[in-house]
Amino acid sequence: MTTQPTDQLGTQITAAPGTQEVVISRVLNAPREIVFRAYTDPVLLARWLGPREYELIVERFEPWSGGSYRYFNVDANGNRYAFSGVCHDVSAPERIIQTFEFEGLPERGHVSLDTALFEALPDGRTRVTTKSVFQSVADRDAMIASGMEWGVRESYERLSELLPELLAQ
Amino acid sequence: MDFLSATFSALADPTRRSIVDRLTRGAATINELAEPFAMSQQAISKHVAYLERAGVVTKQRIGRQHLCQLRPGAIEEVAIWAERYRQLWESRFQRLDAVLVELVAEASPPLSPSPISKSRRERA
Repeated sequence: MTTQPTDQLGTQITAAPGTQEVVISRVLNAPREIVFRAYTDPVLLARWLGPREYELIVERFEPWSGGSYRYFNVDANGNRYAFSGVCHDVSAPERIIQTFEFEGLPERGHVSLDTALFEALPDGRTRVTTKSVFQSVADRDAMIASGMEWGVRESYERLSELLPELLAQ
Repeated sequence: MDFLSATFSALADPTRRSIVDRLTRGAATINELAEPFAMSQQAISKHVAYLERAGVVTKQRIGRQHLCQLRPGAIEEVAIWAERYRQLWESRFQRLDAVLVELVAEASPPLSPSPISKSRRERA
């Protein structure tokens, strides 16, 4: 199914039941050369990729064809969650194809193949479309389910930020 | 299997997705559901039973017929599942928005232009 946001700039996601794919698309208010930089500069990447309450530490980041990467999300208790993969094709400023794996799963090898396309739009904006293909429907569903946990946590955070306001009224 | 896993595996089959799609337009009997498919009623009944176990469809006996309909809320719960993953990405992209604002500002000419370029702009 496709979830359409009300905001025109908002993230769109397509995850049809029973398929191995997730497609995520978002329009960004910057030229694609600059967007591409934010995806391939490890210092910049660390500022936006991780979940809000985690610190993102980049161990290795080689954004070129044949390069590889590994980074950690570190939570408030110092627990590390590692992610790694290989950059299959990096063609600035239009395309990145890479593998992606969460190393914290009970068994290794649940890898997805992620293709990010950067499309230049009029007015100097850019549409980024990322298609992830997982090895099984179960892998795909587990990935979305993990996002669901984060989503819930972030919702609670937003709620707790909102509560003082509501209580003051 | 939790509710969402059950729903997703129920919807993983194209015939069952077509049945659900048909039921979004209103209740139908097994006969009516079987019509568009080159399948026996018995095969369709099995698919409906699967959807029933997953909590997507409810079945009600009316005379000799079984009337099938969507369980209210079932599809919305699946939509919410994807919606939360969407929100995770949206919050990520919002942080990226903030990074891009800085990068665009760095790449643009300085905000306070020199007197010459300012007067040029005013003439333009």
